[in-house]
Amino acid sequence: MNSMIRNIVILSRRDFKEAVLSRWFILYTIAFTALGLCVSYISAGAAGLGGFGRTSAGLINLVLLIVPLMGLTAGAGSIASDRERGSLAYLLAQPIGRLELLIGRYAALAGALSMSVAIGFGLSALAMAMNQSHNDAAGYLILVGLTIALALSMLSVGMLISVLCRRTAVATGVAVFVWLALVFATDLGLMAGTMTMSISIESLFTCAILSPLQVFKMASLQLVDASLDVLGPAGLYAQMEYGKSLPAIFAGILLAWMVLPMVAASLIFKRRSPL
Amino acid sequence: MISIQHLTKRFGKISAVDDVSITIKPGQAVALWGANGAGKTTIIRCVTGLYRYKGTIHVNGIDATRHGKAARHAIGYVPQELGFNDDLRVGAAIRFFASLRGSKIDDLDRVLGRVNLLGQHAKRMRELSGGMKQRLALAIALIGDPPVLVLDEVTASLDAVGRGELVTLLSSIARDENRCVLFASHRVDEIEALANRVVMLERGKIVEDLTVRDFASKVADTSLLRLTIEARYRLDAIALLQKIGFTAHLNGRGILVPVAAGQRMRPIQCLAENSIAVHDFDLLSASDQGSHS
Repeated sequence: MNSMIRNIVILSRRDFKEAVLSRWFILYTIAFTALGLCVSYISAGAAGLGGFGRTSAGLINLVLLIVPLMGLTAGAGSIASDRERGSLAYLLAQPIGRLELLIGRYAALAGALSMSVAIGFGLSALAMAMNQSHNDAAGYLILVGLTIALALSMLSVGMLISVLCRRTAVATGVAVFVWLALVFATDLGLMAGTMTMSISIESLFTCAILSPLQVFKMASLQLVDASLDVLGPAGLYAQMEYGKSLPAIFAGILLAWMVLPMVAASLIFKRRSPL
Repeated sequence: MISIQHLTKRFGKISAVDDVSITIKPGQAVALWGANGAGKTTIIRCVTGLYRYKGTIHVNGIDATRHGKAARHAIGYVPQELGFNDDLRVGAAIRFFASLRGSKIDDLDRVLGRVNLLGQHAKRMRELSGGMKQRLALAIALIGDPPVLVLDEVTASLDAVGRGELVTLLSSIARDENRCVLFASHRVDEIEALANRVVMLERGKIVEDLTVRDFASKVADTSLLRLTIEARYRLDAIALLQKIGFTAHLNGRGILVPVAAGQRMRPIQCLAENSIAVHDFDLLSASDQGSHS
């Protein structure tokens, strides 16, 4: 067990260094930070930078669009690129376990993604703090936590894709497709389903919370607005039916999205040839 | 030592390695010799835990199936080509792999000096030649002095100079009487320089297990006849040649037949007598055999 933890630490330390020096990390961090600052500014209208509450509300849509893409593509490249380069087989010929490699890589990328999100949110917060907008800082911090949870769940899905695909280009393509499906198809699909099939409110809510993006959206909106009225009947139903247990339900679903794809990835990775 | 017993590896319906058993004692350097697809690399990948397989493999007394990590700890492995991140520095690579092996590098120069890479620790991977990368892989393989060294066609991607340098380095390492070496190679000169035993493979099976001296005289005496025959007659031609004792098989657009001195015309005569036209032929030298036969 000790050697397992030691190997995970060694692998994740190296992978973390590689990740933070990579182009994807730098580009995503710059883009996320710049857009975050823009949203903060715009959400405050012409008056300059707004408070944490208004900025949080503005950032939710930005997070929904960018963070899943960050997590999915970072994960998708993680194993497939090493397999394509031949370094995966070389690594696995060393005295390390496959699970150690997978966990080490996940930990490294999770660290890099969290750092990228923290830089983006942190600089926006700094700008607001300089503008003396201190209200609702706790909510803002919870939003950062939710964003990291969303990023990690998408990373987990990305790593599953990476384990399944032999080529980096294919893995990235699949990741982008999954991103498009999650970002656009779930919203539109739910709307279309409601209109054409007249599905019940319960079913609509159940379908919605299967998507980690919808869970993030509901959890964040609840954080900003303290209710889900803004989501219409489904939000009202959720509020009435589950009340105070909603945050725990949301947290559990996001956690499941972090753990289950990684469990599937490790089972597949254990049996698959690294070549 | 390495003990491989009844090793079988199948890819779908194809048997890449079929019931192979090899035992390598300390002080022995065993070459796996055979054509592309003979099963050399597959055996090496099974030993290093990259493939799942049937049969048993023990490395230094450790069951590699049950305790893969511990077995790999006893193995220093050099692949055909090193696929590291281009930005990785030589020194960082050595320290990283040393830490995975539980070794601490106090003197980087000593590790690099052993493979003639002294003073190269700050270089990035992209700045190294193919030969330097392979010597770096050898330096990493030797960290912690593992009792088993496994080399997978390590000179295949090198030019003559790089190949010469690596073989010279390896020949002193392969003579260590406490270490056993298993390597795959296509080249007769390499085998003569490194091995003291040669296992000849054909389509996943061991066809001969020879001393390096017997191997050298055998390959010197044997040539490889490559026959160009119309596609529809190829299988009949192989059957005919096998009937008269040749081990003919398909390779690309032709048929390959290992032939001993004094026998070189016989396959062509036999086919002509059976109305199978040979459109062209090549006679390949001993050093070419591994890569074609």
